[in-house]
Formats: sequence, structure tokens, C-alpha cells
Amino acid sequence: MTERNPGFNTLAIHAGAQPDPTTGARATPIYQTTSFVFDDVDHAASLFGLQAFGNIYTRIGNPTNAVLEERIAALEGGTAGLAVASGHAAQVLAFHALMTPGDEIIASKKLYGGSINQLSHSFKNFGWNVVWADPDDISSFERGVTPKTKAIFIESIANPGGVIVDIEAVSKIARKAGVPLIVDNTLATPYLCKPIDFGADVVLHSVTKFLGGHGNSIGGVIVDGGTFNWSREGRYPMLSEPRPEYQGIVLHETFGNFAFAICCRVLGLRDLGPALSPFNAFLLLTGIETLSLRMQRHCDNALAVAQWLSSHKDVAWVSYPGLPGDKYNALAKKYVPKGSGAVFTFGLKGGYDAGVNLVSNVKLFSHLANIGDTRSLIIHPASTTHRQLSDAQKVQAGAGPDVVRLSIGIEDKEDIIADLDQALKG
Amino acid sequence: MDHTSYPDSYIRGILNSVKIIAMVGVSPRENRPSYFAFKYLLERNYRMIPVNPGQAGKELLGQKIYARLSDIPEPVDMVDIFRASQHVMPVVEETLTLKPAPRVIWMQLGIRNDEAAALAEAAGLKVVMNRCPKIEYGRLSSEIGWIGVNSRTLTSKRAKIFGKGVQRMSLNRPSVQGGTTAADRATAAEE
Repeated sequence: MTERNPGFNTLAIHAGAQPDPTTGARATPIYQTTSFVFDDVDHAASLFGLQAFGNIYTRIGNPTNAVLEERIAALEGGTAGLAVASGHAAQVLAFHALMTPGDEIIASKKLYGGSINQLSHSFKNFGWNVVWADPDDISSFERGVTPKTKAIFIESIANPGGVIVDIEAVSKIARKAGVPLIVDNTLATPYLCKPIDFGADVVLHSVTKFLGGHGNSIGGVIVDGGTFNWSREGRYPMLSEPRPEYQGIVLHETFGNFAFAICCRVLGLRDLGPALSPFNAFLLLTGIETLSLRMQRHCDNALAVAQWLSSHKDVAWVSYPGLPGDKYNALAKKYVPKGSGAVFTFGLKGGYDAGVNLVSNVKLFSHLANIGDTRSLIIHPASTTHRQLSDAQKVQAGAGPDVVRLSIGIEDKEDIIADLDQALKG
Repeated sequence: MDHTSYPDSYIRGILNSVKIIAMVGVSPRENRPSYFAFKYLLERNYRMIPVNPGQAGKELLGQKIYARLSDIPEPVDMVDIFRASQHVMPVVEETLTLKPAPRVIWMQLGIRNDEAAALAEAAGLKVVMNRCPKIEYGRLSSEIGWIGVNSRTLTSKRAKIFGKGVQRMSLNRPSVQGGTTAADRATAAEE
């Protein structure tokens, strides 16, 4: 009765893709087109009315992007996906499906700085309010719940501090509050952690990072876990009420456990417009085929570099959950047993000037703002991304004057360490 | 058959062998899920027969609507039920009086009646519960992938074009299981 289930590597290569129906092309073709012809007016009406599966216009969907969507949904164990122009676009669309003016998101205050900006300032313009909670004090999420709460938002591994959030504990609070748990899984990727297995209802990705993995394309994905009942209390009218845009269709009733992904597509992507280029989808898909090979190497290299740094005379501290004795080591063993990712921070005894010197002296590491590339990357947040903050704000954001962030690549670890060694001496 | 999960081969076998489907409880309103499924299956060359006592004598997409199954003047291969779970039993009982007997009872997404299923199975019928034939067709033909849905199938065989229109694909293509979802496991646990 039970059929054999494929493993992660098989899904990473095959899920969502198939030989092209007309040409037999085996690699996923880049359908670089804005639009798709209709058979007749009735076919067009069926597509626009959501009565048939199919392609209309690349702002709403595209066959190359669709392979990326199904691929990541399969890897995360979700029911459906939606590919968009960036990780930030994924966040806008996911919250757009849930929020009305005056509603609240409870979010981890240890989110990626760019997300803190988006939630604090841009979302305020929509009337969406944020209640910050501390992942080191899980009860702060519970204390943040109000009748206006519509979602809880965390990162599985926070960028850049190497903070691991107890997803299961937060999911219990979300369940009790009757709101979905949204988890950004960018730094872990489904190779290291599958948040839906720990109670997440929606998973978001900046596919730009380790999933794509080659630093060549920006993209984002929303994965619908299919686990949340959007109609139970009527608090999510985009999903549970008749939609005037679609002749009164009720999305949850019509699309069941993949209604959230459909809602983000047909109300969010259609109307707000951050569509992914099919060419980017192709590059990101190619990256995903080698995800597990790359991710394991990223993690093994990162652990070796973290160990080396932690015994270096000029290094004050290393924050990497994979290190024994790290504050998050127990959570790392539970949530990311294969490795703690490849992005972490460390502190230099020499403070601000030592940080500036280090990023100036490296020859193999690239000094830039991205993470999750095959190449090793370095940044000194206090002199770059967090420069505009006060010293107190910098420390609060984990970007104090002594802090350096690394994204360890998949070069030979001896060469990565040698570059840091010469740069620290310099 | 435990009815919490179905092998793809079981569903594909049913959708590939039935030709005439009576849909009980179909709505004439074009924003209803039953209308979506009726229209979709009609476009995939199934002979679709609408059954709805409140609409009897009218037409739905050119197909005459009957008040009850026993009014249909031709053999039916499958009865697809769009009625709440507690109203399924009389539909199954009526199905079993038809001559010749239909081969499949299909209860829509969200609908499950184990007693009615057991009665149908004892009479030799195949039963599917809590599934939508439109979604299952889309999944097994991989059409549903166009809207980003996880089809939970993998294949190295190319989809066969349906032969009518450009964005329609047939079911005639082998695939293997392509993973499970937390949503599937939650459904199984509830049942």
C-alpha cells in the first residue's frame, strides 16, 4: 500500500521538473515570455476565473518559476510554493495575505537587520504593527499576543548572530493564539532544518542565499505548509471570505490546504507585482540541485573556521552554535544536527580599528553585503551596514564595533583559514 | 484500503478508466468548487452528468441536470459526491440500486463517511474519500505544478499533451511517489 518515498537529494534534483512536454528538453527550459496564448475565450475565462490550472502572464505565474516553487515546496514538505522577486518580496506578500491596518505581527527582535527595517518602518506605512519578542525568552512571544495578533515571525537560524530559535516552543504559542507561525529558513535551508516538521505553518526564503548558492540571482519563495485552518475563526478574510476580484470565490474553501500559496499569488503577486525573472528561477534551480553537497561543505568549513578562530589570540569571542559550549549548542543539536550553517560573527580584541584592518587585509574573502555564496564573504557591520546607528544601537543589533560577520564558502578550508590568518597578522 | 492515503496508481487507475461521471450536488454557480471541478473534468473529455434536485431539467454547461441518480437514462461509471458527510449514505445506497452498477464512489475534499464506504466496497465498488478529482487529475498530469502546488510525484517521462488546447496534459505517464507533506500526515492523524 505504501509506495517508496524519495530522499532529499532526489527531491532536490527532480521535484517539480520533468522533460518538456513538447520538445523533450531535459533541463528546465527558461520560458522567457511575458504571456501565454489562450485556446479560446472560454479557456481564457477559465484561467482568469481560477477554474483551470495554467499560465496567463508571467507576473502571475511562469512555467520556469513554477518548477522552482514546486521544488522548494517539496524540499520543505509543504503543499505549495510561490516564487517572487526577493526574500523581502516574499515577506511583503505573506503578510499582505494576513494583515489589515491595525493588525499586529509578533516578531523576533533578532531578525536580519533588513527585515527589522522592513517590519519597523515600511510595514508601518501599511498600518501593520510589530510587537518585538526575544527568542532567548520564549515567554515574551506569549506576552505579545493580543486580539490584533495575526502572525508570529521568526528565523530558524538568525542572521547574523548565529541565534537558533526554539521553533517548536514558539509554534505552541502560535497554536494557542490561533495564529500561523511564519519561519524564515534562509540560513538553514531545508537541508539542515524543515520548520514545518516543528510546527511552522508558512516558510519563507531568500533563495538568493544558500538555496541558489552561487551569488548570481536575487529571488524569494513562500512555502505553504498546508497546516493552518484559515477559516476557523474568520480572522483571515483574504482566505475565508468571498473575493470580489474573483466572482465571489472563497479561496480556502476552493483550494483547501494550498489556499495560502494561491492567495499570495492571485491577490498578492498579481496586485503588488514583485515577479521573479524566469532566468533567475533557472539559475536558482540549478543551484538547488547541489544543495546538500554544498550545504554540508559550507557547514564543515564553518565549523573548522569557528574552531580555529576561537583559539586565536586576537579573537575575543566566536558566536557559532556548532561550537561545544556555545549558548545555542543544545538547540543546534535539535534543529540543525547536520551543521549550524555557515554565517556567524566573532569579536576582535582590537575593536573597531581591528575590524576595519581585517576586511582591508583579506585576499580570498570578498568584502560585501551578501551571504550564502560559494565564495567566502566578510563584512564589518559597524563600518558598513550598521554605520548609521549609535554605538548603543549597534551593540543591541549585534553589530558592536568589534563584530565581524563571515559567510564561509566552499573553498578548501585550509585556504580560508590561511587568508584569515594573514589578514589578522597584517 | 484504509482511506487515509491512496497510492497514485489507485487514483490514476480510476481516473484513467472511468468515462461517465455523475456529480451529485453540483452547483450551477460559477464561483463554487463543484462548478470548477465539473467544468474542468468536462474539458478533459469525461462525460459529465449533473445531479441536483433543485436544478432538475435545466442545463449545466450544456449537460442536462437530473434530480436523482436513478433518473439518469444511461450507465454511469463513477458517482462523485459533493454533499456533506452525513448526507452521503443515501447517495451510496441509491448508487447500489443502479443497473449496471457504477464502479467507483468518490467523495469530495472534506467529505468522508466510512460506513457508506464500507457498504460500497462490500458491493465491489472502489471508493475514494476526502479528495477532489480535479486536483488529483492536475497532480497526476502535473498540470497543477503550473500554480506552484507540490504534486508529490516525480517522473523522468514527459507529460503527454492532452490533444485539445495548449495547456492541457493527459494522465498517461508513469510517475513515482514524490515525498509527503506535514499536511498529509496531519490529515492521517486526525482520521
